[in-house]
Amino acid sequence: MAVTRYMALPSLSPRFFAVWRRHFLVWKKLAAPSILGNLADPMIMLFGLGYGLGAALGDMGGTSYFAFLASGFLASTTMYAATFESLFSAFSRMHVQKTWEAIVNAPMTLDDVLAGEWVWAATKSLVAGFCVLLIVSFVGYASYPTALAAIPAILLIGLAFGALGLCVNALATGYDFFTYYMTLLLTPMMMLSGVFFPVDRLPAPILAVTRALPLYHGVELVRPLIAGRQPDGALLHVAVLAAYALVGFYLAAILTRRRLLN
Amino acid sequence: MNPALETRGLCKAYDGQQVVRDVALTVQSGECFGLLGPNGAGKTTTLRLCLGLTDPDAGEIRLLDHEVPRHAREARTRVGVVPQFDNLDPEFSVAENLLVYGRYFGLRDAEIAPRIPGLLEFAGLAGRAESKIRTLSGGMKRRLTLARSLVNDPQLLFMDEPTTGLDPQARHLIWERLRRLTQEGRTIVLTTHFMEEAERLCSRVAIMDGGRLIAQGAPRVLIAQHIEPQVVEVHGPELEAWMAQAKTLALRTELAGETVFCYVKDVDPVLGSLRTRPELVYLHRPANLEDLFLKLTGRDLRD
Repeated sequence: MAVTRYMALPSLSPRFFAVWRRHFLVWKKLAAPSILGNLADPMIMLFGLGYGLGAALGDMGGTSYFAFLASGFLASTTMYAATFESLFSAFSRMHVQKTWEAIVNAPMTLDDVLAGEWVWAATKSLVAGFCVLLIVSFVGYASYPTALAAIPAILLIGLAFGALGLCVNALATGYDFFTYYMTLLLTPMMMLSGVFFPVDRLPAPILAVTRALPLYHGVELVRPLIAGRQPDGALLHVAVLAAYALVGFYLAAILTRRRLLN
Repeated sequence: MNPALETRGLCKAYDGQQVVRDVALTVQSGECFGLLGPNGAGKTTTLRLCLGLTDPDAGEIRLLDHEVPRHAREARTRVGVVPQFDNLDPEFSVAENLLVYGRYFGLRDAEIAPRIPGLLEFAGLAGRAESKIRTLSGGMKRRLTLARSLVNDPQLLFMDEPTTGLDPQARHLIWERLRRLTQEGRTIVLTTHFMEEAERLCSRVAIMDGGRLIAQGAPRVLIAQHIEPQVVEVHGPELEAWMAQAKTLALRTELAGETVFCYVKDVDPVLGSLRTRPELVYLHRPANLEDLFLKLTGRDLRD
């Protein structure tokens, strides 16, 4: 009986919004330094690598290296923002501060709490991704109106990685646990997903792996949109990201219930 | 009127270990009910089951006329919880803690805001609305947690060891507030291992050990049922020699470490004998819930 309850589809209620508002209120108190970080970090990376390395590399993928890197970097920044929120921040609320425990004593379910965390992680990643988009636009490498369509794509990347992060959170024994996920999965993913160089130069077996990675599909969506083109196979990219988001959230719900409802 | 809380045949095991066994509780509306037991007796698990936070392996729970866990969310709308360990939001001020918590009940900010001054007053935190949580003392945090549990104007409150770790002043203040809450007609279910607390506050108690309920009733009635009315505690040199005599004078004696407990109806013979032994130190007092508790659950340490 217990097992079937863990496996049930997440039952979402609008109550989850109260959890989102709690996180938003915390963020609002620290919004200025947080946004400054969202702007400064990518700026340093982009100008350092984009102009510095770009001068040595010349054009890549038919554009300047700066423009190439900028759109890839937008996707990876989004990934990391959702990841940090759903790993470190969510873990501290779940395990250290016991914020989740306080919330479920009210008429809230664990599914509500998770949904609040998930959408909040996506919100944070949307802010981070949007800041990179601002920088790219400011330097003149974003073509509008198609670049506007990158915004929902950022949100989708955030939902995918927020869901995956919550799965890892449900399994975590401590903050150190996240190193495995970040170092062994996310760092190689960033290398293989076309953030720094075009994937068509990768050998075929590795390219097959690349095509299964959510970040690759995020980059493939965002890069043409920023360059002013319609992405090829947009539907497939959206579908893969949506699948990671939805299946990932379902899995996160099962794993978290197993951890906390026992 | 239906009982505020009723459980029947409640069972729960973790990893093959039976934590709650066949627990049947009835808490009447408006009473303060104490769930007593040593560490690991299953008190907190019983509360979690009643709140629908974990599923029972067997048994039934009705909380404020809602079937739990199936309708736990509806039931919790009219319930307040003071958890064993404070989980206030350290990122927020005192007032923000109340506001944010009220939202989890689906209350609008305009409904919560007018309640905050009254709640702070009740918790003895008037004037501290803007204080950060880390600047509060342990007693203040506990009182804020109590205020937070009242934000939805609950009919029933669950309190898991509400005064553990508090100094006497803070404890007395909490007791006084809990009395006020029952006078307002609210039902309280509290766990504690302070017998004095249970005796003062609770109209009825249940004693739990090893996951089972081993006694249930009004404290005075339970004490009268199980324990002789007077107790003399004796310690000092050559206690062993005196004990032989004590056994003939008391209805029941018990040696715990270096102390003899004499349980009697008529205390004069024991006191008379002690007067001839000035080297022995003694304390004479009426029997209390702690005597009952120790008789039923034993003196062994629980970890």
